[in-house]
Amino acid sequence: MESKIICAGFGGQGILSLGKFMVYAGMEQNLEVTWLPSYGPEMRGGTANCSVVLSDKPVASPLITKPNILIVMNTPSLDKFESKVEKGGLILVNSDLIERKISRDDVTVKYISANTIALELGSARSANIVMFGAYVKYGGVVSKDTALDALMHQFEGKKGADSIKKAFEAGYNL
Amino acid sequence: MPKWTKPKMLTDATLSFCPGCSHGIATKLVAEVLDELGLQSKTVEVASVGCSVFSYNFFNCDSQQAAHGRAPAVATGIKRVHPDKIVFTYQGDGDLASIGLAEIVHAGLRGENITVIFINNAIYGMTGGQMAPTTLIGQKTSTSPFGRDPKKQGNPIKMCELLATQTGPAYIERVMVSDYANILKTKKAIKKAFEYQIAGKGFTMIEILAACPTNWGMNPPDAMQFIKNDMAANYPLGVYKDIGGDK
Amino acid sequence: MTKKVLMKGNEAIAEAAVRGGCRFFFGYPITPQTEIPEYLSWRLFEVGGDFVQAESEVAAINMVYGAGGAGGRAMTSSSSPGISLKQEGISYMAMAEIPAVVVNMVRAGPGLGGIQPAQSDYSQAVKGGGHGDYKLLVYAPATIQEAVNLMYIAWDKAEQYRIPVFILGDGMMGQLMEPIELPPMKQPNDPEKFDWATTGSHYGEGRRIINSLYLKSEECLQQNYRLQAKYREIEKNEVICETIDCDDAEIVLTAYGSVGRICKSALPILRQKGIKVGLIRPTTLFPFATKVFEEVANKPNVKRFLTVELSAGQYNEDVRLAVNGKKPIDLLSRMGGEVMSAEDIVEKVMEVIK
Repeated sequence: MESKIICAGFGGQGILSLGKFMVYAGMEQNLEVTWLPSYGPEMRGGTANCSVVLSDKPVASPLITKPNILIVMNTPSLDKFESKVEKGGLILVNSDLIERKISRDDVTVKYISANTIALELGSARSANIVMFGAYVKYGGVVSKDTALDALMHQFEGKKGADSIKKAFEAGYNL
Repeated sequence: MPKWTKPKMLTDATLSFCPGCSHGIATKLVAEVLDELGLQSKTVEVASVGCSVFSYNFFNCDSQQAAHGRAPAVATGIKRVHPDKIVFTYQGDGDLASIGLAEIVHAGLRGENITVIFINNAIYGMTGGQMAPTTLIGQKTSTSPFGRDPKKQGNPIKMCELLATQTGPAYIERVMVSDYANILKTKKAIKKAFEYQIAGKGFTMIEILAACPTNWGMNPPDAMQFIKNDMAANYPLGVYKDIGGDK
Repeated sequence: MTKKVLMKGNEAIAEAAVRGGCRFFFGYPITPQTEIPEYLSWRLFEVGGDFVQAESEVAAINMVYGAGGAGGRAMTSSSSPGISLKQEGISYMAMAEIPAVVVNMVRAGPGLGGIQPAQSDYSQAVKGGGHGDYKLLVYAPATIQEAVNLMYIAWDKAEQYRIPVFILGDGMMGQLMEPIELPPMKQPNDPEKFDWATTGSHYGEGRRIINSLYLKSEECLQQNYRLQAKYREIEKNEVICETIDCDDAEIVLTAYGSVGRICKSALPILRQKGIKVGLIRPTTLFPFATKVFEEVANKPNVKRFLTVELSAGQYNEDVRLAVNGKKPIDLLSRMGGEVMSAEDIVEKVMEVIK
């Protein structure tokens, strides 16, 4: 089993954190993991993406060219990565910021109003948590409890931990 | 006059300097001060590049030979490992004021607790008399054969003035070794600099106006007069910075 | 088992340095290695060490010269253009036999190049880099764990041979996060223990001199002989190299560092296609794993080699020397910060075995 995930969006959407949640969840489940961000000028307010590998064997290359899961939070990211997803793969689309539909029919697609859901829960910034919940449900190789534990561990003692949990549940229960 | 004895902090090596060169005097003064302050077995010297390159042969203590201009950086490294030891650099004008300008300025800005002995003889001695950053206007050298022209070769750098304007250095003084009285003043300045270092006051630099009769094309007495009349006129003597009792 | 922690490559390298006994860092910011100085700028003070952000890379390496020569466990880190600036100091350190560690998280060149990963500083690292006949002990880790393990022993090796140790990473490794096991804290040696360190405690007969100047050619010659003898000793003792599946391989890939890792990803894909493929992944670049290449090249099952590198064939030059014409060698090269994927490697293998 090797799960190759690319998370992409623009800076400030919590893309890199989204990738880290997956990695922490994977570690909790004793999987081998890697997390590789794009770096450089892209970091300064432009597009951001990271590659995450979860595997039951030591991860050879952390570099992903053909993900089997793509999580996109804005249109330029979908344009950039849509064609690269492996056949039979999964694409999670933030339909609040991406108006167009996926043009391929050989992948599974879930459209998620991540921003709307997050806003309704009173935490506009947790759209990435909603996407994480959805990822665990549809593409996850980690169990819900493990993922939620790993996630909440990151917010231990912090304000708004409750709304994080709600956002995760909302994403998971879509 | 008391009979001169060789300081313990000088080795038995024969000084390699030319007749009338001021390096011998400066080296001896530093060694005497180290003796008087009881700094045997407590000191690391950093030699530089130029005629000062062999100073590790003369000072009777641990020593590191630094790359050209980098002595203050090397001294920084040593001092950070051994903050309780005395660390000093012995540098000429080309080394300190030209290629090593960044290192000396930033060591000063950091208030690095080291002592810099800066020999300014307005010429590159080791390579045979080329123009130095401190060469005087009009002074002839092998690379300014018509005399230094500020329009073509720029202006001499005044290191004490430059460093004294900055926060960080604790004690900056310019002295000369042109005659007995001034040699005594030079020794006093060197001693004060090392005392400041012992007290942990920070960066100290003594600029010594010095003679290079060989490359100036003068006999030693004329060279001494040149220090007094020409060098000191362009590089005024005095204390440029002294934080005194403050740390 | 120690609990694994998730760390960014640069930070893991920094923490492993501290645990390996490093107490002094001198450096200058440059992408993509800046997390190393950032981390050490607070961490070293927790262990009684010191940190200086130098005025330049040139000053930084000379501070390392001073600190290392005084017996402290010191390091600097930088990325390609900054490493070029340090070469003068590294050459002096080689001649003055100063133990220290230099980390290069390589970015694309020449010139300012780009900040994406590359391996184009191979020759600079392995062939000396500065002026004069000298070598460094060059480690090229492929994973963060390996980088941690190497940082941990780096000063032990540096002091054992009185040589600068060079860690050749790349921009990708610096930014990558993966779980690692950190080794326990190791205390640095007391500088007074060394019979060469200028600790300031010596006077007269016993005084120490750290020096790279030998004006008499006969003395300079003898010092060069000493250095060369040391390098031969290192060649004998310090080679680290991983080989995979070379016993039945018809084509053997070879790569180091992050690229070695990407090659590993290509192996199962190729095996699935029925291609008998192996891998030689050296961890030390100097000393070079010449014997490993000789042995593999002598195997009758091995028909050819494919060198994979993020440079124009610099590594391949050493591969060709080691294989010595026994088998043909192809090259897959990327430059400029572009990184080949496992699929690219598979494609190249399919092309060359046709």
